[in-house]
Amino acid sequence: MIIDHPLLGPRDANEFVYLGDANLINRPDWTEKDADKQFYEYLYLRDNPSGYHRELWYHEQGDRSWLIVTRNTSTHEIKQVELAKDYHLEKSKSK
Amino acid sequence: MKYSLLKIIKEGITGNKNWRPIWRDPEPKKSYDIVIIGGGGHGLSTAYYLSNLYGLNDVAVIEKGWIGSGNVGRNTTIIRSNYMLPGNEPFYELSMKLWEGLEQDFNYNAMISQRGILNLCHSDAQRDAFARRGNAMKLAGADAELLDEDGVRQVCPFLDFENARFPIKGGLAQKRGGTVRHDAVAWGYARGADNKGVDIIQNCEVTGFKIDNGVCRGVETSAGFIKANKVASCVAGSSSKVMGFAGMRLPIESHVLQAFVSEGLKPILPGVITFGAGHFYVSQSDKGGLVFGGDIDGYNSYAQRGNLPVVEDVCEGGMAIMPMIGRSRLLRIWGGIMDMSMDGSPFIDKTDIKGLYFNGGWCYGGFKATPASGLCYAHLLATDEPHEVATEFRLDRFINGNMIDEKGVGAQPNLH
Repeated sequence: MIIDHPLLGPRDANEFVYLGDANLINRPDWTEKDADKQFYEYLYLRDNPSGYHRELWYHEQGDRSWLIVTRNTSTHEIKQVELAKDYHLEKSKSK
Repeated sequence: MKYSLLKIIKEGITGNKNWRPIWRDPEPKKSYDIVIIGGGGHGLSTAYYLSNLYGLNDVAVIEKGWIGSGNVGRNTTIIRSNYMLPGNEPFYELSMKLWEGLEQDFNYNAMISQRGILNLCHSDAQRDAFARRGNAMKLAGADAELLDEDGVRQVCPFLDFENARFPIKGGLAQKRGGTVRHDAVAWGYARGADNKGVDIIQNCEVTGFKIDNGVCRGVETSAGFIKANKVASCVAGSSSKVMGFAGMRLPIESHVLQAFVSEGLKPILPGVITFGAGHFYVSQSDKGGLVFGGDIDGYNSYAQRGNLPVVEDVCEGGMAIMPMIGRSRLLRIWGGIMDMSMDGSPFIDKTDIKGLYFNGGWCYGGFKATPASGLCYAHLLATDEPHEVATEFRLDRFINGNMIDEKGVGAQPNLH
């Protein structure tokens, strides 16, 4: 697979380390009342879709950025690649 | 029809005219006591033990494709019981014992060959860890033998003992381990279940469940609705998809694992050999091909095919322990989809929905577990109590902290 890095262009997927579902960015708030349940679901349960999946890849052998890759798990086709940092900034702005 | 030497001779001299299909191809009935979703190894063995051991034969196995088309026919055929943790080892040892008597039990030649498995170690620390694992295996009634370098040399003189990076220091052997003809396992269980009246319904896809007030009443399929008192999901690889129909999210990711077969070679490997410093395992089939594999690709996938970096990684592992493997040519590469669970261990459990049962999360160790998985699942379905060796394979074990994490890497499925 080739991941089209927003800053570095097309890079071999072998340069990256895979973490998993991009939802892992949305860490629950530990002060909430049902935080233990939220953390259980956050840490252990997955949507695991067949089809498009937003997931975190870390460019370890490159610029060490975290990317959010939207990839089809049935065909390995990559639709969209964004910097996790941009996503995070966007999210905190909208808060 | 019972298979025997006499039967073969009789058929041989009368022109082999009386062999019949060994399972029926029935239309689904409107209703069953138990419907098993998934006609793979585990689903068929569950049906076999339900009908043969627990006397329940109002059972249907519903399979999307044809039986044996999934992971039971895509694995590297290794059987072993060299686990360590108390939640796992008694279960896998029961499986090993069932393998040992399986062919007589279901009167079918599954070519079970206890040629042994040898895990190589490459450092003192790893030898210590293997000694501990071997002792844990013995405590659970399995066999284990710690070999020093000379011991390994006697059985596998061709290995690269002087490898500069990963010299071979010894190994942990389980002589009762070995290989099985995997699709014959599916056929043997299917035949045994069918003989007792279990309906094996192929080319019939489950598209949903009928759930009223938290009680599962049956399954929607491509052949219409089928009513059932109990529905048993057994579709490792696609568990999230199927249980998603019931609105459940599972502690599982689907990943692709590749396997490889070389061209046929003269007999060289005495049994199964695994590399201790990377991930590589190899055995030789009776046809002569080297059957080998390694790590999963490491990203979520339902594609049943992998990518080249893992091919390279696996072949590097092979070259590190037996450089002669570089002279053989690859014949086939394929991929299968694994349920990778959050602690690397499986589930055989009820769900919060009454009448809906779940078996899955086998990571890439499902084949060796086929007989015990079927037996324990059948026990759960028949008695509503977990089998004594499968009490820890619970779906809720992550909430209460009772993980069975053999590797100790935490909730990172692609590392198990």
